[in-house]
Amino acid sequence: MAKVRGASVTHGITITTLEGVPGQEVVEHYGLVQGSTIRAKHVGKDIMAGLKNLVGGELKGYTELLQEARQEAVSRMTEQASLLGANAVLNVRFSTSSVAQGAAELYAYGTAVKVKALQ
Amino acid sequence: MLDFLILLLIGYCVGSFAEKRHFKSIKQRERQTLHFPMMNYGAKHPIPHANESALIVGSVVVSADYFKMFASSLRNLVGGRVVAYESVMDRGRREAILRMKEQAIAWGGSQIVNVRLETSSIGKHASGGKGLFAVEVIAYGTVLR
Repeated sequence: MAKVRGASVTHGITITTLEGVPGQEVVEHYGLVQGSTIRAKHVGKDIMAGLKNLVGGELKGYTELLQEARQEAVSRMTEQASLLGANAVLNVRFSTSSVAQGAAELYAYGTAVKVKALQ
Repeated sequence: MLDFLILLLIGYCVGSFAEKRHFKSIKQRERQTLHFPMMNYGAKHPIPHANESALIVGSVVVSADYFKMFASSLRNLVGGRVVAYESVMDRGRREAILRMKEQAIAWGGSQIVNVRLETSSIGKHASGGKGLFAVEVIAYGTVLR
């Protein structure tokens, strides 16, 4: 389980859940950036999950699906940030919501900033 | 009626066996990663000193077994604590936190700050229907090194 799962494409942008980047100072703010994706489960996975639901426990198919979707949301967010000319996204938050039967929205948002190393 | 009883029995036996095994593995991995500091403050504090930082996410989707779903539907009649689902949520949360920690250790981090936990129901229960009880738990934070 210790393996690092495929990191998302972050466009060379530092992402933190803090209000800054350690060792660096914020020099410019670009405002909120966000990324979202809505994913539907595919039928095969749904059937497998239905069977797995008989005995309970982790539904690996769904875990992977949502992980991929979240990585996509993050990479959309960082793409937006890099278009603005930012090199970091601060105070990132995630949220998930079920928008329709069998589909979930994964959403990531944060503040795009430019940081530079402290002297 | 018979097939319902068989499903219930399979759900109960396999489900509780898997749950015990999962809890055992969680406890063991929790002991292994106990040394690793993790806190949920950080945003309103002076920014800690570190050379590098990154976002780290641990997630898991857990579901209840057939027996638990039946037990909870019975519980619905009288209300009160749904013990069957409490353990499912507990497993999910601890697993998500562990995955986040293990990734942080693999990355070579020294601590995780500003951890947030998020839960969302993704099964058919989410849209008010019966069946498939599945919950996604994610734990995320900033890892420093």
